[in-house]
Amino acid sequence: MIQGGLVVLASDACLFVLVASALAYWTIARRHEHLRAPWREVWARPAAAGAAVVLGFFIAIALVDSIHFSTRDEAQDDVVSLLDLALESLRTHPETSYSAPFATHAYSRETVRLPDGRVHREYPRLVSGGAHLVAPTERPADIARRAVLGLALGLASGALALLGAACVERRRHGGLAAACRAIVGGRTRRPWRSLLAVGCAIALLLGLGIALAPWYHVLGTDKVGTDVLYQALKSVRTGILIGSLTTFISLPFALALGVAAGYFRGPVDDAVQYLYTTLSSIPGVLLIAAAALLLDVHMSRHADTFDSLAARADLRLLALCGILGITSWTSLCRLLRAETLKLREVEYVAAAQALGVRSPAIIRRHLLPNVMHIVMITTVLDFSGLVLAEAALTYIDIGVDPSMESWGNMINAARLELAREPAVWWSLVAALVFMFVLVLAANVFADAVRDAFDPRLRRVGAESIATLAQETSHR
Amino acid sequence: MSAYLIRRLLYALPILVGVNVITFLLFFVVNTPDDMARMQLGERHVTQEAIDKWKAERGYDRPLFWNGAASGFEQATDTLFIRSTVRLFTFDFGRSDGGRDIGGDLRQRMGPSLAIAVPVLLLQLVAALGWALVIAWLRGSRLDVASALVCVAMMSVSGLFYIIGGQYLVAKLWRLVPISGYDYGLASIKFLVLPVVIGMLIALGPNVRWYRTIFLEEMGREYVRMARAKGLSDARVLFVHVLRNALIPILTGVVVLLPSLFLGALITEAFFAIPGLGSYTIDALQAQDFAIVRTMVFLGSLLYIVGLLLTDLSYVVADPRVRLQ
Repeated sequence: MIQGGLVVLASDACLFVLVASALAYWTIARRHEHLRAPWREVWARPAAAGAAVVLGFFIAIALVDSIHFSTRDEAQDDVVSLLDLALESLRTHPETSYSAPFATHAYSRETVRLPDGRVHREYPRLVSGGAHLVAPTERPADIARRAVLGLALGLASGALALLGAACVERRRHGGLAAACRAIVGGRTRRPWRSLLAVGCAIALLLGLGIALAPWYHVLGTDKVGTDVLYQALKSVRTGILIGSLTTFISLPFALALGVAAGYFRGPVDDAVQYLYTTLSSIPGVLLIAAAALLLDVHMSRHADTFDSLAARADLRLLALCGILGITSWTSLCRLLRAETLKLREVEYVAAAQALGVRSPAIIRRHLLPNVMHIVMITTVLDFSGLVLAEAALTYIDIGVDPSMESWGNMINAARLELAREPAVWWSLVAALVFMFVLVLAANVFADAVRDAFDPRLRRVGAESIATLAQETSHR
Repeated sequence: MSAYLIRRLLYALPILVGVNVITFLLFFVVNTPDDMARMQLGERHVTQEAIDKWKAERGYDRPLFWNGAASGFEQATDTLFIRSTVRLFTFDFGRSDGGRDIGGDLRQRMGPSLAIAVPVLLLQLVAALGWALVIAWLRGSRLDVASALVCVAMMSVSGLFYIIGGQYLVAKLWRLVPISGYDYGLASIKFLVLPVVIGMLIALGPNVRWYRTIFLEEMGREYVRMARAKGLSDARVLFVHVLRNALIPILTGVVVLLPSLFLGALITEAFFAIPGLGSYTIDALQAQDFAIVRTMVFLGSLLYIVGLLLTDLSYVVADPRVRLQ
């Protein structure tokens, strides 16, 4: 079914550049003690270490979902990702409409013509959900059997991980058994206990998923019969992209202008201040709305320039990141300017100036490295607000493309169905739970990063994105 | 004081002009009036005459920045840019692309928006301040730790969850209030209770955390030690001295919210079918009505600037040390 080779969408490229720069930062940070120290402090917090595992898991899903291939399956998607291939059974076995989690029968009745010619209304069997069962009464036993199998699989991998960690810690604690006890008791230098606990929870869920998802629609199906678990997993990439790319896109502008304003002062400062005051005085939601509206017009005028549906949705996602970046850019710029204003009066900068070092060199060698912690903190703090903002913006039709899987789109499509009797709750709950887990992990991690890198930095900058998310929903 | 005010107002002018230039560029240059006309009249079977007629009705047929056809001074003034700018600055919003009177719509829809936004703001402020004060008082206790957990959890839940969950639970299952809708006068209360409570809940988590940080920061100051040394009780220091001083940074956060008071809460209004300015904006977005969106952008930034000014003035009220010059 894969016809062409790799397809690199624009957002894929951005994501991989992002990961590459994160890796580059990591290799640099490893070699410098002043960069390693705050990270050690972050890792020393059990909650932050656990949150990092969750974040890592989500990022891994996003990365697997960012390796795209082209297909000749023109009936459906024209581009599939590695994740699609891994979830082949979820993707290619749709039902016709709603079905509840673990259901064997559809949610609503359909008219069936019986062999003797009479018309009968009944709940039809699902095409794939529980299709392997001879009689639906076997379902509870079948689910229990598979669940136990899945949990066992998860537990086994959790135990393996514990063993691996114990091997690493063997030297320090004298023997495997002692190391195991130390890990379980939480007495190790590295936060193995929280890492393993969260890892184990993920492994258990994965085990359940592997054991059950191919046979049932674990989280039900949506209006057009797509598996909800599949949708929720696909949405991870959208959420991660918006949360990280937005800050990444606006970073160069904020850095260049903020540092320049703080260092050169005078007219440069006035111009930059004017620019960000003007931009930030436009309410964020409205600026995004205006830009999204214009993008729509532009796209409908130039519909022929997009060679695939995925490319179009992808461009819209990137544009959304860019627009969100413009609205969040100003607060970071303001923080950087203030910090540079302070830094330029420090003795080593004065010494460099007295020795005749040129301005670009001073900025690069003395100022940039010293404002990087602000960039780091802002990036991490903004992440969760942006993920939440996506859902709110998508609801008012100025978010991601409707054809793209995202939690906002899932909520948007499902919210009216709560009024049904019985309520169709699964899409909504799945999207909200996935979003909650990601945002919670991001918040916990961000708190640790902020405290480690700058305990005294006031959260003035961080308020802006939180405001955006709230402004859209409510203050 | 009045000199300061005048200077600040003069300073606001270039910013407003800047906002206007940005919105003009977005709405008239990136997309030409022709594009707008096509969007409104239907993408395909539309004749050039229909487009011209649509543009002429709205005065969009003038050149953008320079009118070569006019004579003398009019060459610079009889343009789309100057015309639309002057109209916005004189609060003459004209008609929407759909033909409705924007000014009238705004006046009519302001009431419902304020009826939600003002109670939300006040209740939220009282609740968050109270909560933050209590945990600042009991800092380090189990209650403090538990409330930190609750706050992070509340922050991590999407605002949509509160709205949808609240509607489902309170309105559908318990049938305490109507699910959505609006009525004028006293009858509006039963429609407003749920959106107001939900609006308060959404903002609570981050604000409690933020206020708590401010309180704790303030408690490390010299005057607090002084007050303690004088023998004042912990509670008195906290609720009288610290609270008053902490109000300064808190005020900044509150006044900046003024534009959202006016614009209303986009999503809440849409979910609860409240005919306020937020749902007006959403409807305009969905109908792709550029005139309304442009007006809202202008009004929003105007209010933001007014909000900043009010912030500075409120400093004088809250902090006698601040002198404006």
